[in-house]
Amino acid sequence: MAGGYRYQMGSQTWRFRNLAGLMAKATPPRSGDRLAGVMAESAEERVVAQMCLAELPLRTFLSEALVPYEDDEITRLILDSHDANAFQAVGHLTVGDFRNWLLSDLATPEAIEQLRPGLTPEMVAGVSKLMRNQDLILVAQKCRITTAFRNTIGLKGRLSTRLQPNHPTDDKAGIAASILDGLLYGNGDAVIGINPATDSVAQTRELLTMVDSVIQHYGIPTQSCVLTHVTNTIEAIEQGAPVDLVFQSIGGTEATNRGFGFDLSTLREAQDAALSLKRGTVGQNVMYFETGQGSALSANAHQGLDQQTCEARAYAVARHFSPLLVNTVVGFIGPEYLYDGKEIIRAGLEDHFCGKLLGVPMGCDICYTNHAEADQNDMDNLLTLLGVAGCTFIMGIPGSDDIMLNYQTTSFHDALYARRALNLKPAPEFESWLESMQIFQNTERVALNPDVPAAFRHSLTGPDGGNPDD
Amino acid sequence: MTDPDTPAVVRNPWRRLRQYTDARIGLGRAGVSLPTSELLDFQLAHARARDSVHSPLDVPALTQALANTPKAAALGPPLCLHSQAPDRKAYLQRPDWGRQLSEQSVAELGNLRKTLSKPPHLAIVIADGLSSRAVQQNATGFLEIFLNDLGAQAQTPYLTPPLLVEQGRVAIGDPIGQLLGACQVIVLIGERPGLSSPDSLGIYLTHAPEPGLPDSRRNCLSNIRPAGLSFGLASQRLLYLIREAERLKTSGVALKDRSNEVELDESDQNRNFLVQGKRQ
Repeated sequence: MAGGYRYQMGSQTWRFRNLAGLMAKATPPRSGDRLAGVMAESAEERVVAQMCLAELPLRTFLSEALVPYEDDEITRLILDSHDANAFQAVGHLTVGDFRNWLLSDLATPEAIEQLRPGLTPEMVAGVSKLMRNQDLILVAQKCRITTAFRNTIGLKGRLSTRLQPNHPTDDKAGIAASILDGLLYGNGDAVIGINPATDSVAQTRELLTMVDSVIQHYGIPTQSCVLTHVTNTIEAIEQGAPVDLVFQSIGGTEATNRGFGFDLSTLREAQDAALSLKRGTVGQNVMYFETGQGSALSANAHQGLDQQTCEARAYAVARHFSPLLVNTVVGFIGPEYLYDGKEIIRAGLEDHFCGKLLGVPMGCDICYTNHAEADQNDMDNLLTLLGVAGCTFIMGIPGSDDIMLNYQTTSFHDALYARRALNLKPAPEFESWLESMQIFQNTERVALNPDVPAAFRHSLTGPDGGNPDD
Repeated sequence: MTDPDTPAVVRNPWRRLRQYTDARIGLGRAGVSLPTSELLDFQLAHARARDSVHSPLDVPALTQALANTPKAAALGPPLCLHSQAPDRKAYLQRPDWGRQLSEQSVAELGNLRKTLSKPPHLAIVIADGLSSRAVQQNATGFLEIFLNDLGAQAQTPYLTPPLLVEQGRVAIGDPIGQLLGACQVIVLIGERPGLSSPDSLGIYLTHAPEPGLPDSRRNCLSNIRPAGLSFGLASQRLLYLIREAERLKTSGVALKDRSNEVELDESDQNRNFLVQGKRQ
């Protein structure tokens, strides 16, 4: 079908230039696809593209690469690691039938798990384009992905949080103040992860040592991460820094990742280096990846794909390295990629669904910038929807205001809202720690201790001393 | 730690640690939710940031402000230009349009060039960017100090009048600089507003501007506002960058701003009070 795709409706014939074009035109509207010039030109063309896509045999994605095999190591990774035996369960289906299968009672959590090595990101992205938000939620709920390092992430009925104590000058007292705030609000079981303001190996080591000392001092069953470039982390490991998790932002094309300054071999090297430290106590998932729709286009490396298909391909990269955590930073990139709350919410649900179906421990940075048409109510909506969908983790920062990155994400309070409203608990090891430290009075009711727990009272004076009872 | 006046709210005694960070720590809680006062504080900050993005640049007021400051007024009356983005909605969705001049603006720059006695050393562009508020509140004040500092140098460069651009992105300086044959262009532009910084002005310097340059060819000064980088310090850093760009005949990553290097402070080991606890 190299000559393109056609769809006959009555006397009218609709044409799509190729599979990538068909996928793009079948995508729910968003500004990044408009910017790239790949979006459907009318609402009708979009639905016709969805009808055409629904009739496409799933196996087409195995013979027709969206980015050429010869040009792209991610395409090679996807096709070379495809498991034809696992695929047999759905190999006879069209994309539309695959949606029906996923929603049916045939698709048990066990059946999805067995199918996973037979799925490619393009199949998953394709079926997501035919799904409503409730479909994305219902199928994601059936996907179980559990990972572990110093605690166990992703169990049913659990929602973890990354404590993100960023500071615009990496001031240690400022970072410590935000960590204290987060811990006393019961946040931080996914990771205590800092975006450094100064991006250097020396600064990375400083911050890693700082957070490691806090984790050790209080015996917190969690892990630390400084979100610097993967090559900085490799160097920090060589210099003896206490690295728990290796971070990297990843995209869905080789060209995107080269623009970010790494390739798959760099990630392999970093994973091996982190594994050699043997710092995990209950598991050895040592990688932490961030993604986000629009990153390939913004690196001018989208290769004619729509941004959601590019994003799903990033999860093929992620799952190859058995990460502890992966999250889409859904609203950070700006309104030229996701214009408003509606587009951000849709993208968040798509990313979570695609990640989970492919076997990635998917979380979400539920966020927006001040030039997007979005506000706290949109974030409440997405948080609630993702909580229902079984999202692995969210961010937690003081009062939703990241004073370093200048955007808004979910707060420590927001996580407690989700726990109460949806009866979700933190990772079991962390939950026990919160109880033993008397941070929570009652974890069942998500009731915090109204007083400052004894172990933290000495911290109330900060680095400069003074009388804590002032 | 419940408050006797509002027993529904649990206050956080670690709020005093706010002296070490602008982060919104120690907000307290009603149940597990934000107290009303904190909720409204956040809403106000977001409203201000949103208004900064969406309020149009008040060009007459800015023109008047420039006319009222002696050094800026001496540059001559500002020229008002427009990008290819017709309105804010298009501007936000099409960054490529915000980087290109409207046809009429191209013609007006052609006319301006005919009035200049020679190609300018430095083109001075003021664009609304993502915060008209930043431009309205900070552009004139900064420019006056900068022009004063520039005039105190041995050789005073030949400058353009202020070139005001509506719906402009940083790269709008490239076609402007090229059309005027300018050696360098500075773009004073409203930065994406943060929740606590709706008024941040950014300045971008490009040597030998022409359309299509990557961002790696620019040097940037950020967070210029009364509560951030002061006008005086920003002016000194910009003068340094202009001189260095002239010397190196380029700008961007090849020009390291050594006036702005952050040294790691080894003396602050004790500031992680969560572990040290007491004064050392």
